[in-house]
Amino acid sequence: MDLAPLLLLLFAFTLAIFLGVELISKVPSQLHTPLMSGSNAISGIAIVGALMALNVGESPVTKWIAFAALVFASVNVVGGYLVTDRMLAMFQAKNKGGKK
Amino acid sequence: MAVVINLLYIIASVLFIFGIKMLGHADTARSGNRLSAVGMMIAIVATLLYGGLAWPMIIGGVLLGGAIGAIAATRVPMTGMPEMVAIFNGLGGLASLLIGVVEFVKIYTVKGGVETYLTNLAAQSGVTVPAWFAALAIALTILIGGITFTGSLVAWGKLSEKLPGQPISFPGSGILNILLLLTAIGAVVTFTIAPSGACALTTVIVLISAALVLGVLSTIPIGGGDMPVVIALLNSYSGIAAAFAGFIILNNVLVVAGCLVGASGLILTGIMCKAMNRSLGNVLFGGFGSAAGKAGTAMEGEMKAASAEDAYYVLEAARHVVFVPGYGMAVAQAQHAVKELAEILESKGCQVEFAVHPVAGRMPGHMNVLLAEADVPYEQLWEMDAINRVIDTVDVAVVIGANDVVNPAALDDEASPIYGMPIINVHKARTVYCLKRGKGRGFSGLENALFFKDNVRMLYGDAKATLSGLVSEFSE
Repeated sequence: MDLAPLLLLLFAFTLAIFLGVELISKVPSQLHTPLMSGSNAISGIAIVGALMALNVGESPVTKWIAFAALVFASVNVVGGYLVTDRMLAMFQAKNKGGKK
Repeated sequence: MAVVINLLYIIASVLFIFGIKMLGHADTARSGNRLSAVGMMIAIVATLLYGGLAWPMIIGGVLLGGAIGAIAATRVPMTGMPEMVAIFNGLGGLASLLIGVVEFVKIYTVKGGVETYLTNLAAQSGVTVPAWFAALAIALTILIGGITFTGSLVAWGKLSEKLPGQPISFPGSGILNILLLLTAIGAVVTFTIAPSGACALTTVIVLISAALVLGVLSTIPIGGGDMPVVIALLNSYSGIAAAFAGFIILNNVLVVAGCLVGASGLILTGIMCKAMNRSLGNVLFGGFGSAAGKAGTAMEGEMKAASAEDAYYVLEAARHVVFVPGYGMAVAQAQHAVKELAEILESKGCQVEFAVHPVAGRMPGHMNVLLAEADVPYEQLWEMDAINRVIDTVDVAVVIGANDVVNPAALDDEASPIYGMPIINVHKARTVYCLKRGKGRGFSGLENALFFKDNVRMLYGDAKATLSGLVSEFSE
């Protein structure tokens, strides 16, 4: 059993943890909500798993469960990005000093 | 083709990393979010390059889910944002759970069980893994995904006030939680050892049930005031669930992206806990507010109600006013009325500031979103430490539906459950007006020592109505 590819995956996992910590350890509190909502949208990456399971060769049961996963993940992705963008649009208008 | 797909995954991961980085700075946040959306698009397109996909279902699923997400995201009012984020987060967790289930069903239904499954997996991904590893990844994805899903649903219920905001606990709930967790861990171990065979289906059903119930039971004892921590933590869980799902199907973009979300959620959780001077364990198991009935020194004195007219005279004479918004402002959707009052005061030469406590509201940075919606200029937003340095020179502090974050019991009452939490010291201002819906205790269930101080007056009623009343007093 060749464990090398698996170890590479674990390697990426470990590095990503440190990267995530490094990236956002000093975020101003005004941006906490958009940051959370934006990273929430990224967790919709589960959509990739759903897509891969929707293979023509799979059984109908598998496909319908994967279909459900795909729908939920799509809501997460599309909704998450749009909501974050809406919030950030308000922040941006404000930062430019525009009153109305 | 596998090389192209993986290269595209690397590009997507890089875009996610830059996207998150840019989300941390005010002037680049919006482009950061768009960059990460482009990354998502690339990851999806790359996945579609795998051959043999069931296109009708894929197109149907993406259109259906995308339409639901788009409609929900564009219709939700800014005040409903915490609930919306909670729901999206829960669906992400549910998607991960279902991916775990899909992979289990594949193992369960395929001839030859787990060996054939692993052969097929190796053919698709090019990676051979031991059976225990695939099984462990499936079990953990189901566990974390399930907790995320029902935990987020409970959070949504509490935030939208469909469930009571007070901590709900019953005798023995702690022991029940531990038993459930042990059951779940037992199921994970059992499944890792025996992923196929007669008992596997039972194991998975036990695991799913335990995960779903755990999500509910670990979230209902947490009070509304602690919701910023819970929301940040659930966000982290959904990322970890996605990362585990990546380990099942051996997909590096899932692992990296999920892990980034998991780590950033944990950091936010830490920041929120620090802002309350409490440990995560204390938030999760302490039931801040559930102990309120017995803890805390009894209050002496009485709350003094005032009329809008009294407040008008005081505000009119004030030269420095600080508004302290809280969840009550969100519920009453009073942010525009506050802004209007602030503008009137400014036009009279009064200095106006907004003091924002890090955990005011129901999600991290909740108040900043609402004040941004009402176009409150950034320069007027002050953080807790900055305002506390000058608070004793402030003529009037107007507390709009904030409770625990201004409760002086945190400073001087060692018996209080919130003792030690940094607060905005509004009681040091010359005069304080507290806008509050009624005489009852706040969302957290704690009695507020502030309301009994001599320099504090209560303005009962809906915050928006009270503020509009003040605005019209000024225009008369």
